Amino acid sequence: MTVSITGVGMHPFGRHALDATSMGVLAVRAALREAGTERFDAAFCGTAYGGVASGHRVLGALGLTGGPIVDIEAGCASGAAALSIAAGAIAAGQYEAVLVFGVEKMPKGIIRSSFFAPWQEAAGFSPAPGYFALRAQQLMRHSGATKDDLAAVVVKNRRHGASNADAMFQSCVTAPEVLASRVVCEPLHLWMLCSPNEGAAAVVLSSRPGGPGPVELKAAVLRSHVPGYVLNEGTPMCGLIGADPPTPSQMAAEAAYASAGVGPGDLDVVECQDTDAARELLAYEELQLCPAGGAADLLRSGATAIGGRLPVNPSGGLLSKGEPLGASALGQVVELVRQLRGECGARQVDGARVALAHTVGRGANASAVILTR
Amino acid sequence: MPDEPVHPGLFTDAGLIGGACGACGRRHFPMAVPCPWCRSDDVTTVTLSTEGRLWGWTAVTAAPPGYDGPVPYGFGIVSLPADGLQVVTRLTEADPSALHEGDAMRFTVVPLAPGTVTWAFGRA
Repeated sequence: MTVSITGVGMHPFGRHALDATSMGVLAVRAALREAGTERFDAAFCGTAYGGVASGHRVLGALGLTGGPIVDIEAGCASGAAALSIAAGAIAAGQYEAVLVFGVEKMPKGIIRSSFFAPWQEAAGFSPAPGYFALRAQQLMRHSGATKDDLAAVVVKNRRHGASNADAMFQSCVTAPEVLASRVVCEPLHLWMLCSPNEGAAAVVLSSRPGGPGPVELKAAVLRSHVPGYVLNEGTPMCGLIGADPPTPSQMAAEAAYASAGVGPGDLDVVECQDTDAARELLAYEELQLCPAGGAADLLRSGATAIGGRLPVNPSGGLLSKGEPLGASALGQVVELVRQLRGECGARQVDGARVALAHTVGRGANASAVILTR
Repeated sequence: MPDEPVHPGLFTDAGLIGGACGACGRRHFPMAVPCPWCRSDDVTTVTLSTEGRLWGWTAVTAAPPGYDGPVPYGFGIVSLPADGLQVVTRLTEADPSALHEGDAMRFTVVPLAPGTVTWAFGRA
């Protein structure tokens, strides 16, 4: 069964006066307008901080209730989880058309998560940037990446995002500016970390082609962590010495490649989880865009910048867009659909035909989504 | 009145309180039943080694949500070879440039807030 993406829509990511419901309304209307129909059989809404019935509130405001409406939470991968379930339902013949959207409105600063027990917060075990920093340190140790490389990721993505009207930050930065921003958790400086923020994104899936351009959803895979590794995204209190299980991102990517019948060498464009600058480099390895330990070399080659062999985060990534958890993964899909249709103007990846989106985050949920035209 | 630990069952002055699984032979922290590695209920309490080696380290410079203790504070991962474990822990050293991979580390109990203590590892 072929699953087509017939419409996409987005409310820009950033800081806004609108509430989450109103942003969702705008994104959903835009996606349905592209799809050319308001008919869908079910709706799945990604959100982590929206509260009870977030999806209902959006579709209630549009008078589009009556069918099943289900909110889905899977940390940073919430939107991709919604996409995965919707695509599976279409492939199984349960539905012909499904609306998938994500909404989020998050407070500023370090993300507060019910994932941590109160004592863990009290004792200082809830600093998300602290865990990111430990992971960055390990990456630098095994790949030879330096702080200059981390700054170069930020420079690249902010340059990409400068022409993205949906991004929170639409300005270029220099490496000295990145390195002059304050250290949050060594080796990560403030500008190397994405901002939790607000926004909405929507995608219409259908068993039949339609909309502005023929884009197929070839795979939408979700995986969680395998116990054992102390630095897995599930932020455990301990791990086993020498344990080296595959990461959720590796597992999701492998399954997505197998399901889609494409390999990393077939990709033309990638959107990946750049929660922090090192996280993008780690994704190069986990998604098999380079050999293990080769992330810094791939970055330095220029391959992952627009104009290179395999542009990564042409949207500007989370470092430019910010990360509204429930909408974030669908924001990547919106960008890649527009790339495959050739609608991206100054940040267009020429001739893109095969695209991959990757997210990973709390709960150790990772997703890999593959799109083709 | 003696200082209270930040949470019961995590540590004593003698070290971290872990679990030892009679089925798979592996240890874990904090103590939990079933064993998080093999799901056996055959778990007994064990005091983990107080001697370790530094594997990862940073300093947290801004208080995360729900945390009222001092900043900056050292934060990292210490390997406990005698237990086969790597534990996430506070570090007594909040200057990352003063630490190095493989540094010998020792368990200690440190103040967190008036009347409250927690555990940390510091250079031996």
